[in-house]
Amino acid sequence: MKNEMEIIFDAVSDNEGFARVAVAAFIAHLNPTLEEMADVKTAVSEAVTNSIIHGYENLKGYGRAERDWEEVHKGKVRVRCILEKEILRIEVADSGKGIEDVKKAMEPLFTTRPELERSGMGFAFMEAFMDDLEVESAPGKGTVVRMVKKIGTGSWIDCEG
Amino acid sequence: MDFQIIDNCLMIRLPEEIDHHEAGFICETADRYLLREDVRNVVFDFERTRFMDSSGIGIIMGRYRKISCFGGRVYAIHVDRQIERIFKLSGLNKVVEILNMPESLQGMDSVAESY
Repeated sequence: MKNEMEIIFDAVSDNEGFARVAVAAFIAHLNPTLEEMADVKTAVSEAVTNSIIHGYENLKGYGRAERDWEEVHKGKVRVRCILEKEILRIEVADSGKGIEDVKKAMEPLFTTRPELERSGMGFAFMEAFMDDLEVESAPGKGTVVRMVKKIGTGSWIDCEG
Repeated sequence: MDFQIIDNCLMIRLPEEIDHHEAGFICETADRYLLREDVRNVVFDFERTRFMDSSGIGIIMGRYRKISCFGGRVYAIHVDRQIERIFKLSGLNKVVEILNMPESLQGMDSVAESY
């Protein structure tokens, strides 16, 4: 069985919570453990936040942007999930400014914006919480983050009990 | 979100979800307290928190840097398993002391209030 969903939303921080909850809801029927659910939510949150604050340099982070409904944010983030049996693939893509040195960006604690007082742990968290992580990016070409995780590995333990 | 000064401790009751969207407000408000009041230590209360990503690490590290040079310390209370995992993964547990409140003490607030 294959199941797929895709959401596209404005690159504003209000949508960070929406994105991770949408992905969590998409996999809910697989009966993931609390830990798996938290892992996926954290990884999605990291990737989407990166797109918003680095890809589109939307740094505000709070304050419920007082935007007119007429005015549409030009930057979009696309989250695509493909579920094949218990394998979840997540793709988070933006068409922002891209990453110059992907290898460097993925180093723990590395950040291009130390003044934001963020931890520089975004990619490290994605790597730790998902089974596989792949980043495709070039300056001016946007960024695609692909993550894979097997869901529901805990279910057989529940059956035993 | 609640900010409260008790003795020389700034107590910060964190929201249900800590992400980049919330982080700016927490950092700014906390720094205003650190600047204005006589704060030595900071206590982060995770009782309500159900989700945290790496933005939370940034909040705590940033505050730690601001107060550690004056000998201040950072504590965390009501830390659940998920958040403890994030602490360990980021190495934050070397900087922040996680206080486990014994069950017998957890009800103390309500007891005190009833008097």
